[in-house]
Order: sequence, then C-alpha cells, then structure tokens
Amino acid sequence: MKRVYVNEDWCLGCHLCEYHCSFANSGKSDMVKAFNGNTKTTPRIVIEEGDDINFAVQCRHCDEPLCVKGCIAGALTVTDGVITIDDTRCVGCYTCVLSCPFGCIVTDNEKVIKKCDLCISRTGEPACVKGCPNAAIVFEERG
Amino acid sequence: MAINYFYPDYEVVRNEKKCIKCKVCVRQCANEVHTYDEEFDCMTADDASCVDCQRCVSLCPTRALKIVETDNIFKKNANWSQALITDAYRQAGTGGVLLSSMGNPQPYPVYWDKMLINASQVTNPSIDPLREPMETQTFLGKKPRTITFDKEGNITSPTYPNLKLNIPIMFSAMSYGSISKNAHESLARAAEQLGIYYNTGEGGLHQDFYKYGANTIVQVASGRFGVHKKYLEAGAAIEIKMGQGAKPGIGGHLPGTKVGEDVSRTRMIPRGTDAISPAPHHDIYSIEDLRQLIYSLKEATDYKKPVIVKIAAVHNVAAIASGIARSGADIIAIDGYRGGTGAAPTRIRDNVGIPIELALAAVDQRLRDEGIRNDVSVVIGGSVRSSADIVKAIALGADAVYIGSAALLALGCHLCRSCHGAKCNWGIATQRPDLVKRLNPEIGYKRLVNLVHAWDHEVKEMMGGMGINSIESLRGNRLMLRGIGLTEKELEILGISHAGE
Amino acid sequence: MNYLIIGNSTAAIGAVEGIRRLDTTSSITILSDETYHTYSRPLISYWLEGKVSDEKIFYRPQDFYSANKCNVLLGKKAVKIDRSEGEVILEDGSAVAYDKLLIATGSRPFVPLMEGLDTVSNKFTFMKYDDAKAVKAVLKPDSKVLIIGAGLIGLKAAEGVYKMTKDITVVDLADRILPSILDNEGSNIVQKHLETKGVRFILSDKAAKFTDGTAILESGTALDFDILIIAIGVRPNTELASECGLEVNKGIIVDSTCKTSDASIYAAGDCTESFDVSTGTEKILALLPNAYMQGEVAGLAMAGGTKTYEKAIPMNAIGFFGLHMITAGSYDGDATSIQTEGNYKKLVLKDGLVKGYIMIGDVARAGIYTSIIKEQIPVPDLDSELLASKPQMMLFSKSRRLQNLGGVNVGN
Repeated sequence: MKRVYVNEDWCLGCHLCEYHCSFANSGKSDMVKAFNGNTKTTPRIVIEEGDDINFAVQCRHCDEPLCVKGCIAGALTVTDGVITIDDTRCVGCYTCVLSCPFGCIVTDNEKVIKKCDLCISRTGEPACVKGCPNAAIVFEERG
Repeated sequence: MAINYFYPDYEVVRNEKKCIKCKVCVRQCANEVHTYDEEFDCMTADDASCVDCQRCVSLCPTRALKIVETDNIFKKNANWSQALITDAYRQAGTGGVLLSSMGNPQPYPVYWDKMLINASQVTNPSIDPLREPMETQTFLGKKPRTITFDKEGNITSPTYPNLKLNIPIMFSAMSYGSISKNAHESLARAAEQLGIYYNTGEGGLHQDFYKYGANTIVQVASGRFGVHKKYLEAGAAIEIKMGQGAKPGIGGHLPGTKVGEDVSRTRMIPRGTDAISPAPHHDIYSIEDLRQLIYSLKEATDYKKPVIVKIAAVHNVAAIASGIARSGADIIAIDGYRGGTGAAPTRIRDNVGIPIELALAAVDQRLRDEGIRNDVSVVIGGSVRSSADIVKAIALGADAVYIGSAALLALGCHLCRSCHGAKCNWGIATQRPDLVKRLNPEIGYKRLVNLVHAWDHEVKEMMGGMGINSIESLRGNRLMLRGIGLTEKELEILGISHAGE
Repeated sequence: MNYLIIGNSTAAIGAVEGIRRLDTTSSITILSDETYHTYSRPLISYWLEGKVSDEKIFYRPQDFYSANKCNVLLGKKAVKIDRSEGEVILEDGSAVAYDKLLIATGSRPFVPLMEGLDTVSNKFTFMKYDDAKAVKAVLKPDSKVLIIGAGLIGLKAAEGVYKMTKDITVVDLADRILPSILDNEGSNIVQKHLETKGVRFILSDKAAKFTDGTAILESGTALDFDILIIAIGVRPNTELASECGLEVNKGIIVDSTCKTSDASIYAAGDCTESFDVSTGTEKILALLPNAYMQGEVAGLAMAGGTKTYEKAIPMNAIGFFGLHMITAGSYDGDATSIQTEGNYKKLVLKDGLVKGYIMIGDVARAGIYTSIIKEQIPVPDLDSELLASKPQMMLFSKSRRLQNLGGVNVGN
C-alpha cells in the first residue's frame, strides 16, 4: 500500500507541509482564506526540529494499528489500509493519543481528534507530499 | 563608520492580504531578511540583507512576496552610474577588493544574439528529427590523420583516446568547495544518465563519487588540490586548468571557513585552512613546460585518457591555442569572459577577457589554417545559454560546449551572484549543512537531465531545419550562420557573412 | 470448527475480528446476558451526558454480526462450562457446543455490604448501558447526586450527570481522587479542576450507613441525596472458569496467546490477568485497549494463529470537563516532574528504563512514551535531554527512526 514517508536528510523544516495539510483539511478554496479567516484548521502532520535535522511525521497507517484497536468508541476504522476517524463517533477520550507510538494523533480545542487520512477524500497525492519543496515527503509503496 | 551612504538595492514587497504568516520566508532566508514580530504579530523584512535570490518568493505558498529593485535613485549621471557610486562607497567603507560571483553581467555585446541560423528551403530539404535519425553524438580527442586496415578490417593505424558524448554538452568545472556535495552529486548522476561528463573542478573528487568516474573529468589546477594517482585514474579524462574566463590571469581562493572535514579530505589540505590556487602553475612558463605536464599525466594514466587544457579567452587566444595543440593536448577548452565563478574580484570579472564567440572563431580558423584542427577537439564555455547558442557554437567550430551557469539554473540557482557569501539559499554554492540539504540530488539530477534533453531536442530540430542530420556535419559549418548588426571586422573575425548575403 | 464466545463486549469483538482474519467460514456463536448489540461500556457516561446518541453508543456498526457471520444469542446467560462434553450450559438449561471457547465475561461492580443500603431506592452502579439508562430515568434538574468512589468510574459518572445537575458530591475512603492512576500532585490538580466546576469531594471518609435519601459518613457528616451511585471498584467474572476447574488467580490465568489451562478454552479481557511489563507482575488490567488486544490474540490463536500479546501495561486516557490526562506504567522509581500553568508531567525511570508517566493538560504525543515503556527501550538509547522535555521521535537514534518511520537509508 502507498504510504507517506519522510526522508529526514531532505526535510528542511520549512513547515510548508503543515500549512498544506491544514489547507487541504480546511475545506476552503483558497489558502489565504484557510488561514486568514476566523477558524484555523489543525494540521495532521507534526514537524520535529532538531539542531541540524528536521522531519515531519504523520499517521503511518500501521498494519496493526494500536489506535484502532484501543478506540473506545469504534470511531477509528481501517478501510483498504487507510485509518480514518469518524468525527461523529469520536468522544475525545484520547486513548488513541495514549496508544500511538508515533505521536501522530493530533488534538486541538475541538473535542474530536484529528489524524492524517492520506487525503483520500481529495484527489491525487496527499497535500503534504505535493507541497514539499524538496521531495522530502514522498507517497510510495515500500516493501 | 557611522553611515554606509547607500540604500539597499532591493526591497521586499509583502502583500499583507495574502500573507498567512506561515514564516516559511523566515525559516528559508539564510540572510535573515525576514522576521516575525511576536509582539505586533506581523512580518518584517530587512531589505539591506536581501540578495534577490528569490528563495522566499519561490517558497511562499500564497505568492504574497516579491522582490523589486529599489526606485530610490541617486542623482542621474550618465558617467557615474549608481552601481559605480555605490561600489565606491562600499570600498570606502571596507577598504577591500570588491568580490562578485557568477558571470560578467555587464552590457557588453552578446555575439550569440547577433548571429542567425540558416534553414533549408526547396533544395537540400530539411529533415524531420521525429521521423528520421538525427545524430548528436560526438567524440572528443585527437583524430588520426589517416586510417589503415588489415584484411579483417581491423584498424592498424594508431588511434587516440577519445571521449564519447551522446550529446555535445558537458558540465563545466565547478569544484567541490565552491559548490556543495549535493550539487556535485546531481551533476555526476545527470552526466551518467545522459552519457556525458561533468568536471570536478580543482577541488578533488569526493570519495562517494568515484563510482561516477566513467563520466567524470578530473581537473588538475595550479593548486594541485586533491590530485593523486587514483584521482587521475578515476576520471575519463584529465583537464589541466590554465585559466578561467571569469578571472583570467588570477588564481583562486577558497576561504578556510568553507574547508570543512569533507572538503579538507577531498582537497588533501588541513581543515580550516585557506585553499589558495596560485595565478600561474609554478611549473609552467612555456608551451614546453605545459607539454611536460601533459605527458606526465598521460604517463601516469598509461596514455588511456585524453588530456584537456583549459584556458580563458584572452587576447591572442588563437596563438595560445595553437601552442596548446602542439603541446600534446587532446582537447582545448576555452572559457569566455562571461563564464561563471564562485568568487572573483569584480573588476577582473567585469573587465578582463574576451567574448567566447570571437575566441572560438579565431581559434578554429587558426587551427585549420595551420592544418592541426583534427589534432585537437575544441570545447567552449563561458555563457552558453540555450540550444541556439550551442548550434551557433558548433557552427563556428566547437566540438562541444561546457555549460556551468545553465546547469546551476537547473538546480535552482537564480543568479543572485552572491556565491562568495557562501550562504546560498538554494543549497548550491554553500557548505552549510542546513543549506546544502535544500538541494535534493534526486530532484537536481532529473532537472539537469531534463534541461539537457530539452536542448538536445532543440538542437536536433535546428539541425533538421538546416538539412543536417549529424552534429559533426554542422561543426565549423559557418555558412549556416549570418551576422546581424555586426561590423565588417566582427564578421571577419567570426568568419561569417552578414544576414542578407 | 465451532467458536463460542461468552461475552459481547470489547474482548469478544476483538476475538471475532481476530478469528475472521484467519478463518472466514467457521461458525461463531456469541452469548450475552445483555440484550444489546455490542456497545462500548466507557461510552455510557457520554451517553448519559447526551454527547453520544443512542446509535453511536454501539461499539461496531449494526451489520457487524452479519458481516462477520456471527450467531448472536442475546439475553442468554451462561451458567456452566462442561469441559468434558465441550459445551456451555445456559440459564434455561440448554447447551451450546464448542470446539474453541472464549471466556470474555468481563467484570462487575463491587458493592460492599453497607448498613441500610437496601433501603435506598435510587441506588445504582455505573458499568452497563442499563445502569446509565436507570440513572437517566430518575435524574432530574437539581437532583442531589452522591457518588461513592472517586475513581475513574465514579468521576465519569459525575461528568455524566453534570449536564442535568451540578449538585454532585463524591466520597472516597482514600485521601485523594483517582489514586489508581495519579500521584498526589496529579490528584490535586484534577480535584481542583473538578471543584471549580462545582463537584464537591469528601475524602478520607466513607459511608457508614444509609437511609433512603441520607448517607451518614463515618465522620458523622450527613449527606442528603436523591441518587446514589456506587463506584467503589470492580471484580472479575471468573466464576465460570473456576467452577469448571480452570486455573484462576485473581483473574483467569492465561498464556501469551490468552489460552487458559485448557487448550480449547481461551479467556480475554477484564476477567483475566495480564503480564504488566512495567512492573514485571501478573495483574488484572481492566482496560478497553487491553481487552481488545487480548481478545484479538485469543481469536487469532483459536483460529490457528501464533500471534502473542505480551506487552501490556496499565494505561489510561481520560478527561474530565475538558482537562485531559494520560497515564501509563508504574510510578515506582526516580521521578522527574515538570509543572507549568495548567500542565503537569511526570516521568518515572528505574533500572535504566522508562517505567511510567503522567501527563495532565498537554498530553500531545503521549503514545511515544507509552511505546518506550512497552518496548522497554533502554534510556541510554534515547536522547536524555529531549526525553524530559516532550515526547518526540527525535528521542530515538537515527537508525531506529529510519526503521520506525520507514525512511530509506541514504548513507551518511
């Protein structure tokens, strides 16, 4: 299955993936609208920054997903390998935050959690991959 | 110094309505032009630090940024341009030599743009390169004067080592040190894929790149950095650098700050020391001395590799080339005054040397006149900017061209001419790890391959138009060129007729 | 092959999903003494609060049983396991045969004998959907609610009724709230937060006797109430197992594939003991994720698989009135704690390993700590400075990161 991978040697820590992720999930037609409006969408991608290394992390869509197995509400499900959250079922207990070994479940002030869905509801490549200026984030099949 | 007397050259224009304060500009500008003010929740910019490299403009996700030339003007003066006045102020402030990078940007005539290419009509019909074979492959090196065969058809006369180029383009010498490891990797991988060559420059060959040796030209320059037997053996050809178009007559200086662990090992010099390439080779004061070096190198590599001698295009270039051809060199590389550099004194870059078009025409003609044109191949560089320039160069007599600046453009260079600052925001002319990683060779080499392929297609289209199906039939075919707006003297040197003739 | 599962909650569903990964055809029978489609027990407080609708309390979609070809017997209570015959006897005397049996009977509320409790009409425990429904039926605006037990269930019950009434008193014998998951500082922070919402606590005290509508505490305090919720603790339902001769300690004893002492009988969930890697001891870990993992492993094993589940630890993610907390592992060891406004974090190290943590408020990326505890990654292999600051992948060595994040090896 195609997944999003980051190659930290090429990640610049520019945070563009974060902004493209938020924009893609904002439902807005224009990036300016997505960020300069009243509501800001939380990115589903987390950027880690070190002295000389940066990388972005988002849901790995694990084969044995601890978040799905631990979800108390049956809100996290796997469809064709893609793990998605049903906003209408999530109660915001954060058991998935407790379980995810990659720290890829994102929370914000809203009650439900957010997570990467590989942009399946949109077309083509995930927004973070498309928006990465250095091809540090790739969407591909790996053994 | 209380004040520096001058206003910034560029201004950062930010469209506040479009700016989403993502701060990518802050993170990406190594010159620290952009800042985010937490207190006022706004973006600010220090125009004085901007070099107009366009990195922020390119990465701004909402196209909220542009860089404009300042419209602040000094009192108009046709003699004292604003640039000259500013330079004087700058030097009055620093007391130092002005430094610049990349090629000569001054408004001298560009002869490429004053020559037009022919096309067939009615007779000698044009060829459609999409339907018929079209050959841009060429070989560089000494050609035998006569060929003899035995009964089986094997060649019995002596042959000479040649470089095979699938496309008559090579990447110019750019040293590891002046450009980054990732830039070198991009060039090396592209050369391998294209079946052409890249050139180590005078910085030695990084251990990781020996595997690209079959597509590498190894350079031996006046500093002899990184030169050892394995290095010579690693390359497909050896280039002796006598001069460089951007700074004829002077040496090179890589500041110690750029000599990190890797560069130090590759150049075989202590870490942190300045790498100074002397102006002359201290063992070459005559054609005979040059011949000694050429044959030393040939001896060291078992006469298996062609030796290139690279010179800057200067006055009397034809006589110099003739001497080189007689010294045993297999290939002469001539670098015009618009050739790029990682750092050169501004006044030298802008005032020394001659245009490559004139140098090439003069050299080709001289070698022909002396009957030694086939003893050497001629490669030219120093601002080959497009496929049309290549066609014109070959028609003027070049066997192939070197591209440097154009290759860097493919890698993202925006010709901001600040290489000497070593803070290249595109990850090319820098050794700072956080900047170097901005150039992903995986992207870089593909863009280089694309550029060269695109130019090759265009060269073939133009050749087809002329009814020529082999690049070697175009070489020196000056009848295919006409001058436009040129004087009798210029036409005479170029060896072409004027348009309409 | 006939699979039989006693129970219809998390472990049972885990088992069905485990079995169906390997065996898509054999029959699966589910026995439940409740009458509902499988629902999530931790959701009952949310349901009571009105945050979760009648449709959304269900743990799996309505077509779950048909999609997984399960034969479900609702409202049927198993009373005996006949190992020699390979069948389970139901309350009505009928028998259901099995080739592989899973005991997923869970746990039940523990209600100690308390004087006068039988005279209280509106008294409830708070574990099942029916419990929540019963509370809802009598809950009125301004009902006085008394909750015995300041643990997870008691406090979730408090949150559940809060929309309707702010008059809530919680009594606990312990001197602090949530003693099973928090340390002193943590308990204080959460207690203060709940108190600002109006919840009253009476700690280090217990109900001595009840009359209908009044509780007299040991200290002599008299508390009037309309609704009494008892949330003192839970006990595993191990009787079916012990009575048929399976090895039972506090919970049913199982191996790493959740097999009991009988090779054709498995057990999973709150009725079993798990091996806690943070302390190295066997204990009951009555946690939903644990129940699912056990159930799934049991299901896989019953269908011939070999997957094991060995990395259990106590862990909880819970929130009260917008204050989130995530805790895991054991707090026995050297602790470093950081307290900032609204946030509290404690990390416990012992024997060169991370053993446990508490995060209150900012719980972002806590799972990275959880995995470090479960995987028992030695502290020297981690970036010790970053470890204390916040959970991040940067804690790990580059090689481990490349392995975990699936990055390619690019040299250097």
